Amino acid sequence: MSINMKAPLLSLLLLFSLMGIWEMSTPSVTSAENMTEYEMLMGGASEEARVPPPSAIVKKAYEELSNPFYDNGPNDKGIGIQIAYSLYRVLTGYVLAAIVALPLGFLIGMSPLAYKALDPFIQILKPISPLAWMPLALFIIQDSEASAIFVIFICSIWPMLINTAFGVAGVRTDWVNVAKTHELSTLRTAFKVILPAAAPTILTGMRISIGIAWLVIVAAEMLVGGTGIGYYVWNEWNNLDLTSVIFSILVIGVVGMLLDTFFARVQSALQYQE
Amino acid sequence: MTQMLTPLIEVQNLTRQFPSPDGEEPITVFENASFDIKRGEFVCIIGHSGCGKSTILNVLAGLDTASSGVVLMDGREIDGPSLERGVVFQNYSLLAWMSALKNVMFGVRARFPKWSKNQIKEHSYKHLSMVGLGEGAEKRKPSQLSGGMRQRVSIARAFAIQPKLLLLDEPFGALDALTRGTIQDELIRVWADTGQTIFMITHDVDEAILLSDRILLMSNGPYARVAESVLIDIPRPRSRADIIHHKNYYPIRNYLVDFLTSRSKTITTNAGDGSDTRNIKPETVRPGLFNSEEKNANPESNDKRLKDNEISQTQLTGTQ
Repeated sequence: MSINMKAPLLSLLLLFSLMGIWEMSTPSVTSAENMTEYEMLMGGASEEARVPPPSAIVKKAYEELSNPFYDNGPNDKGIGIQIAYSLYRVLTGYVLAAIVALPLGFLIGMSPLAYKALDPFIQILKPISPLAWMPLALFIIQDSEASAIFVIFICSIWPMLINTAFGVAGVRTDWVNVAKTHELSTLRTAFKVILPAAAPTILTGMRISIGIAWLVIVAAEMLVGGTGIGYYVWNEWNNLDLTSVIFSILVIGVVGMLLDTFFARVQSALQYQE
Repeated sequence: MTQMLTPLIEVQNLTRQFPSPDGEEPITVFENASFDIKRGEFVCIIGHSGCGKSTILNVLAGLDTASSGVVLMDGREIDGPSLERGVVFQNYSLLAWMSALKNVMFGVRARFPKWSKNQIKEHSYKHLSMVGLGEGAEKRKPSQLSGGMRQRVSIARAFAIQPKLLLLDEPFGALDALTRGTIQDELIRVWADTGQTIFMITHDVDEAILLSDRILLMSNGPYARVAESVLIDIPRPRSRADIIHHKNYYPIRNYLVDFLTSRSKTITTNAGDGSDTRNIKPETVRPGLFNSEEKNANPESNDKRLKDNEISQTQLTGTQ
């Protein structure tokens, strides 16, 4: 049996055994008849407020995924709608960041002067936690939706900017000379030689950025509230619905993986061997 | 008519200085290099590392600028890269993300922007076939080609843009002897077919004799000079197997090896003494004729010369 067949089997085995242990270690709900009067008064809250077993989560997942786009008002929207809100914010902030970072990175990579002049700014702004910008963003922009997008923008920009500059600066002199001896215009050199040469490095930056953006959106939405998967997690926590919390955690993981897989595909399509 | 008579390239008093690391007097790599390249001529330049051969080639390509002196092409000064001069670099000049054919098409499209895609493709494919590539190999990326095949693609790209002057910077330096031989044959065939003018850097004395009409000898840097211009009096077409039996082959070879092993050093020191070397073209030497005349006069001395050179030849291989 090849390693490609063994690995998924082992994965499934691990999954089921872990879920089995989890399921068995969760005490079952005692029925209402056995409750004391006090417990009845409390509505069985302490019994409900336990980590739910995997079976409950699977059941929840089935319910949610069979009707992902329902909308029963501000506090009750389907998981599909929440994900869509989050994706919309992430992609808007991310695209805006790319629009700024890629040309600026190109400039920094091409010009040692621009690199030296902008480097101190980048070095200081880069390590700032994106959420630290939130109060300032809320004050200046005065719109929670736009502030969330701004936070995504500011956290996605650095890896793209730095990798683009690095990739562009690292393009082989021989290739630049090929462009020169073929009398390519600056624009054609940029698009026909430097961009494809730097593409794998740029894509690495873009992949890191989308990963960070997806990490940050959850936290940002917990702060701004209203809609989105981050808000959903926080809202279900306030409802003490841990089944939904765990379910949404898993959904966050799956969506993040899909985003990363997409960029990995693009990256391998643009990758070349020297 | 006058254009046919004037040389294609006129190099006049070319000097290149680099700033020295300690900020004192700049280092003069070579000084007052002056030479011509005629239309259709195949010229090789030989010299030790650091004498500035590559810098001269880069100045000819327009990729580097000299500290002083000018290079004229058809009477006009070279002040930047141009499609009239094709360059084949030693390594890595193929764009790694494009197939062999796309790499050649890249050059052709730049040279003939008005051509249709099919025209570009056909022209490119034709030049790839000229260097023995095609039938599937053209679809491969550089990383999937051997070193020899990559260099063929580079040569095909350079020929395909039909430049007035082709500049080759040690194109076969990284290749094994067998591949080198095959590509040399291809190069000379394509050169004969197209009537290109070629200026080539090499470290290989035999390669230079096989390929060129004339070999420029550079003394050692700093203060290197283009000291001599050796005419290769061996009729074409030349073949690797027969050329060594030609009476001029060993006199030329020995002359070159002697220059590289001993005389290249002394010429350097002579030039550094402050004497005016401006506007001095390299002395033309014809080792074959020179030796055969001498042979008639005094056969013994010629034999002795040969022996001396054989010794220096082994010294050369020893130092490599």
